[in-house]
Amino acid sequence: MLDISPAEWTAILLSLRVAVIATLVATPFGIALAWLLARHDFWGKSLLDALVHLPLVLPPVVTGYLLLLTFGRKGLVGGFLADHLGIVFAFRWTGAALACGVMSFPLLVRPMRLSIEAIDRRLEQAAETLGAAPWKVFFTVTLPLALPGVVAGMVLGFAKAIGEFGATITFVSNIPGETQTISSAIYSLIQTPDGDAAAGRLVIVSIVLALGALIGAEWFARRATARLHGN
Amino acid sequence: MLRVDIEKQLGEFSLSASFTSEGRVIGLFGASGAGKSSLVNMIAGLLRPDRGTIVIDGETVDDITAGIHVPTWRRRIGYVFQDARLFPHLNVAQNLDYGRRMNSLAPDPGQHSRIIDLLDIGALLDRRPGKLSGGERQRVALGRALLSKPRLLLLDEPLGALDEARKLEILPYLVRLRDEANIPMVYVSHDVAELRQLATQIVMLRQGRMTSFGGVKVLA
Repeated sequence: MLDISPAEWTAILLSLRVAVIATLVATPFGIALAWLLARHDFWGKSLLDALVHLPLVLPPVVTGYLLLLTFGRKGLVGGFLADHLGIVFAFRWTGAALACGVMSFPLLVRPMRLSIEAIDRRLEQAAETLGAAPWKVFFTVTLPLALPGVVAGMVLGFAKAIGEFGATITFVSNIPGETQTISSAIYSLIQTPDGDAAAGRLVIVSIVLALGALIGAEWFARRATARLHGN
Repeated sequence: MLRVDIEKQLGEFSLSASFTSEGRVIGLFGASGAGKSSLVNMIAGLLRPDRGTIVIDGETVDDITAGIHVPTWRRRIGYVFQDARLFPHLNVAQNLDYGRRMNSLAPDPGQHSRIIDLLDIGALLDRRPGKLSGGERQRVALGRALLSKPRLLLLDEPLGALDEARKLEILPYLVRLRDEANIPMVYVSHDVAELRQLATQIVMLRQGRMTSFGGVKVLA
């Protein structure tokens, strides 16, 4: 069996915490944005769409640096949040969660958007004729029907968040116990003499986590689809 | 009472209709493409007329010059579509209960069991729409619309997707509904036989124009 050391456990648990928080916080925004992009035409839509996808194509170090400039202690947003709300991102695990959330956002939004686009809008019309106000239609028809896509997006976002490296290390550095996730721990271990065994163990853990997430998502999507088709 | 006086341009196609009816079942008759569905969608509020007024049960739901357009969900109508449109993620019982929940109506077990008996759908309550036959689906859709306690029931070719045998299976339920439920209906069809059995008044449409309005004898 894998003989995982306490320091490695710390990195694993931190990664899980960062990825879970990043996914949970990003999900409502992701659903709202997916709905907006799937259902509405407005001025600047292509720009917004491009902006959401930017972290996917930008060098992660650039995204991380931009986060540092914006959300660092001296950044425009970061300074305001720190002074008025006491929320600090720089060199904290919360900053790692923010970086992971931003980096995984395009992957999280995409399946949600596709599943909302695939919904038969005539069902929403039917709900309206039965007296459902638009927000009720959203929560009783649109969202339940989009659920497989919502979960797929969450899982994909989670898997991406747990593996995020470049933006995280640029934004919040690589502090054991605070911002050192599995990825940055592996990075440090590879550069340390005799670190190979520990790096290998963390590599196996990250493969297991990623695979588990993908298989779980597939299983859930199949179950949800079967449910919709009447079983 | 239903009063309709509208005009609507849909691409190349222009639709205009004007009638006032106190009838129990208004049959909207015409070939496909005559504008029947567009007219019903306007009564439902899913489509907005370019000009004119629609009054349901004394309430003006559309008046273009006065800027009135009551949204569909506040019109208290029931709509049975040709393709049923049951919610696939809900079972039959939940589908039937949907309108009552959305309108925050108190449960009415009496009406509930009366309609389930009338439509013979008691055995289907636990099933999902995916496991129903076409005829069963239409009966559930009818029940779902009725249980939302509408003041006007719109039926857009509710038998259109069914074969002859299924049509004969549902028609008696519709006749019973007309005689027992006491809700005015607008019934869209291109089938003369169907309308003869059900309608009390006929609005005839041809290429977007009303060609006649009167008793069932105008179908002759």
